[in-house]
Amino acid sequence: MTDGLAISTDGLTKRFRSGQVAVAGIGLHVPRGAVYGFIGPNGSGKTTTIRMLLGLVRPTSGRAFLLGGEMPGAGADVLPRVGALVEGPAFHPYLTGSANLARLDASDATADPRTARTRAGEALDRVGLGAAAGKPYRQYSLGMKQRLGLAAALLRPRELLVLDEPTNGLDPQGTREVRNLVRELAENGTTVLVSSHLLAEIEQVCSHIGIMSGGHLLLQGDRAELTSRGLPRLSVQTSTDHVGAAAEVLTGLGLTDVQATGVTVSALLGDVPPEKVSAALVHAGIDLLGLEVRRPNLEQIFVELTGEGFDVAR
Amino acid sequence: MSLVETATPRRGSLLRLVRSELRLVLGRRRNQVLLAGLALVPLLLGTVLFLSQDTALDGQGPGFVGRVTSNGLFLVVASLFLCLPFLLPLTIGIASGDAIAGEASAGTLRYLLTVPVARGRLLAVKAVGALTFAAAAVAAIAVVGIVAGATFFGLRGITLLSGTTVPLGDGILRIAAVVVYVGLSMTGLVAVGLFFSTLTEVPVGAMAATVVTAIVCGVLDQLPQLAAIAPALLTHHWLDFAEFLRLEPDWGVLGQGLALQAAWVAIFGALAWSRFTTADVSS
Repeated sequence: MTDGLAISTDGLTKRFRSGQVAVAGIGLHVPRGAVYGFIGPNGSGKTTTIRMLLGLVRPTSGRAFLLGGEMPGAGADVLPRVGALVEGPAFHPYLTGSANLARLDASDATADPRTARTRAGEALDRVGLGAAAGKPYRQYSLGMKQRLGLAAALLRPRELLVLDEPTNGLDPQGTREVRNLVRELAENGTTVLVSSHLLAEIEQVCSHIGIMSGGHLLLQGDRAELTSRGLPRLSVQTSTDHVGAAAEVLTGLGLTDVQATGVTVSALLGDVPPEKVSAALVHAGIDLLGLEVRRPNLEQIFVELTGEGFDVAR
Repeated sequence: MSLVETATPRRGSLLRLVRSELRLVLGRRRNQVLLAGLALVPLLLGTVLFLSQDTALDGQGPGFVGRVTSNGLFLVVASLFLCLPFLLPLTIGIASGDAIAGEASAGTLRYLLTVPVARGRLLAVKAVGALTFAAAAVAAIAVVGIVAGATFFGLRGITLLSGTTVPLGDGILRIAAVVVYVGLSMTGLVAVGLFFSTLTEVPVGAMAATVVTAIVCGVLDQLPQLAAIAPALLTHHWLDFAEFLRLEPDWGVLGQGLALQAAWVAIFGALAWSRFTTADVSS
């Protein structure tokens, strides 16, 4: 069941002692080589899932496999090949960035001490922290802390990276850099699971998407496949006195759900080619000031699925 | 389940982690300040006794304090005697209570565990760190004590509690035995601290609980009504280091003291292990 999958879970559930069900029987499937966007509002169970994947939290029921090994038992064998950033970076405040990386490397029983310094230097350079390597962690800005967390995940070549909210606290430039880093790693064959409560931030780099809400995995799969599920909508801009006529033309062509707001008339396109619509409008003597066909993005699909705004914390 | 590639630990990897832990514990400013504070005790005590020499108060004071001015070796014993009820447990409670809880509160625990470091291995390394700190705490008092004692009062053969005087070499050996015994007497407390440290993400809580354990044991040990349980109390044999200052130390009493510590280490070590290897890490 785990062939070709970097991560797979089966009925993975976590019920806290308070009785709250944080994760309710999810079946996560992350193919090797994928960039899997693990998306959901704050409090939807993403981090608890990630903690169970990494062996930090024991599942109440269900199973979790990481690189083919069942967690938490296989941790010693598979975790050296996994780089992780869990719920924000955490380091010793009074140690420098490079001393913190040295500490983590020293605790890795399978890491080569002879290359420790080189690897740490490379990881720091890779996230743009080379110049701040000698500064104590407590003097780092939020963005620098986040970068150090990424550097720790990159201390060794990894087969899988689990990045929980890696863009948290980063400015738009930093967010772009993280996206590029993820893209670059994925091109070299690393599987990446990246979680975020902001869909738009990571949607572009993902090959696969899983959407969590209230502890349930609502939807997962190939991104292109998911977005193609949304129905395309055509909207036409015209002059005030032509709104009614334009709506009639669209209805006449067989478009459904025709709506007029202001000078814009929109409808679900269905199978009608857009060029046929524009020709028909011009033929009917309607002022055609603009025409647009838009597929709903993932966020709109999510809203349709859950009937709620994306950033609503539950 | 499919076959999983196994990861073989490198030789010397445990030693590497221990070195890193010791650097972390001994390199930390707070811990250095604590050690310096303990080292101040013999220094201050020696200074005060040196300055009050030849006054009416000379030769007076509790326990071993009165004997310091006649022999610097006793400055070590007197300082340990003064630090045992509170300062040593406080210092050691801070370091051992912080061991796991400190990493948990900083969030670094989750990163150590995902490196991965096996939980049993991490607990063992944390124990080595805390024990080393306890040893350093006792050693700080002893080393500064003997240097200050030699400087202020000179070292000579010691007069034992029975009145017999033994030569300096024998005396130094006996003082060394006192220091080692006090150090070993701290191992139970370190185990208690480690256990509390696995229970919480609030290091101050674990530290306080550890120190309170030592103090409560000390108080209960004073109550004659509780004489039945007194021999099991953590602190019951702490002051028995004085046996080494008798002509013929009572090895039975000393053995009981060490066995008591071993029992506390076994019980609280096992509790810490069973808690830490199964707990959810959600910090």
